[in-house]
Amino acid sequence: MAEIPDGLLYSEEHEWVRGDVSPGATVTVGITEYAAEALGDVVYVEPPSVGEDVRAGDVCGELESTKAVSELYSPVTGTVTEVNGQLENAPDLVNSDAYGDGWIFKVELTESNEDLLDADAYGEKTE
Amino acid sequence: MSTTETAALRSPLHDEHLALGATMTEFAGWDMPLRYSGDVAEHSAVRTAAGLYDLSHMGELMVTGPDAAAALDYALVGHMSRMRLWAAKYTMMCDAHGGIVDDLVVYRRDWDHFMVVANASNRVTVAGELAARFAAGGFDVSVSDETESLALIAVQGPAAAAIVGSLCAAGESEPATLKYYSAAHLLLEGGHHAFVARTGYTGEDGFELFVGADVAGEVWRAALAAGLSHGLIACGLASRDSLRLEAGMPLYGHELSADTTPFDAGLGRVVAFEGPAVVLSSAQPGAAAAGAGLSDQVDPRAVSVERGAFVGREALAVVAASGPAKVLVGLVGDGRRSPRAGYAVTDAAGNQVGIVTSGIPSPTLGHPIAMAYVPPTMAEVGTEVGIDVRGRREPMRVVALPFYKRQS
Repeated sequence: MAEIPDGLLYSEEHEWVRGDVSPGATVTVGITEYAAEALGDVVYVEPPSVGEDVRAGDVCGELESTKAVSELYSPVTGTVTEVNGQLENAPDLVNSDAYGDGWIFKVELTESNEDLLDADAYGEKTE
Repeated sequence: MSTTETAALRSPLHDEHLALGATMTEFAGWDMPLRYSGDVAEHSAVRTAAGLYDLSHMGELMVTGPDAAAALDYALVGHMSRMRLWAAKYTMMCDAHGGIVDDLVVYRRDWDHFMVVANASNRVTVAGELAARFAAGGFDVSVSDETESLALIAVQGPAAAAIVGSLCAAGESEPATLKYYSAAHLLLEGGHHAFVARTGYTGEDGFELFVGADVAGEVWRAALAAGLSHGLIACGLASRDSLRLEAGMPLYGHELSADTTPFDAGLGRVVAFEGPAVVLSSAQPGAAAAGAGLSDQVDPRAVSVERGAFVGREALAVVAASGPAKVLVGLVGDGRRSPRAGYAVTDAAGNQVGIVTSGIPSPTLGHPIAMAYVPPTMAEVGTEVGIDVRGRREPMRVVALPFYKRQS
């Protein structure tokens, strides 16, 4: 059973968001353990670029496993401030530590997002 | 990720997979393991040690009767009556237009008894086509679909011979002495009978064990236990797909279809238009089959059989003479974004000239690999093409298949 930690927010597209989601704050984004397990071993992550403006619900990158490719959606609206450079050589961190070292990018928010789910609500989506 | 479709067929090993924590997937109407530990770990285990597969979804069709060999000669594109006892043969069933109905492995279990192994997705079609073709030709032969009373367990990888050897009862002949693409009846520890073939779909040495559904769990657990010290792990269908693609092996529904002839797929060699040029003798070197002491002679009734009519013959003769309109090629790229089935192959001007049939980031090679149909003019090794990978053109080049070939 995939872990869904409390204290994070979740999108319908299986991204997680850590941090205060009010405008001006910076949040960290990754994909959930549920999504990572469904994808299989991730062998390549293409994150958005630093400085890129992303919109909640829009595609901003992709993840590839041997079996499949999946689009990466931004769960929030704002500007990308950092991407996880470790994933370049160790994309499997997305599988082995989805909520920790497997984080994908950070965004400085320009808008808040009311549509994100808490752990319970996201858990219901994945049952 | 639907895993519980009520209509899905279950392998006799279903409970074993659940106990091992497998991620299950619906495949051709069966609920089968997609992976256990991880796709890349399972792929690597087969390349370096061994992997254990449940392939019970594959169709086993028994063709039995006095006319079995002649009936298969007519129904399939290969010259099956020339098969030796205990031999395995890769062949195809084609339609009247030369299109591929299915690719098959046929095992000769007796002079009048063959086992036709079909893809799960085509099992019902192949069984029906065989029956119809046998009836149309007036052959004295029957077809029986034994799929659901059998389990098919594959042990694949460099350690496979040692592992399968240790599964056999004391005094049984060594599986290691079986030649590639031959089979034998072997008695396993515990008194279970297995039809064991040195065949596979991974590009490695390996064995496929056909056992009764009732003893499947016992054989499966014995194989896991025997393989433990050899590095064997249970492997799912995801790794089977990446292994076969590295080995340049076609998959029905991807490289092969009713719109494709064997010549398109580079497999024209499976089509036998002519009968034997010479009468084979049992003394032919290197041709002995390991049949647990049984004769390896060619059927004395078979050597004189002329290659006659077979379904698809006229259409295939035309393709053989004129050359196929499209050719299956291997493609490699230096980037990281991988082509996938259905992506467009483009020429230097960006025009679509072909289509990708399978593509993955190769776990063994570390770069993207793909198979694709292109015009014959673009099939030469070294030809540069582009692939539209999700809106961006990725350069790739034509290489000889397979992508991966085992040492030794």
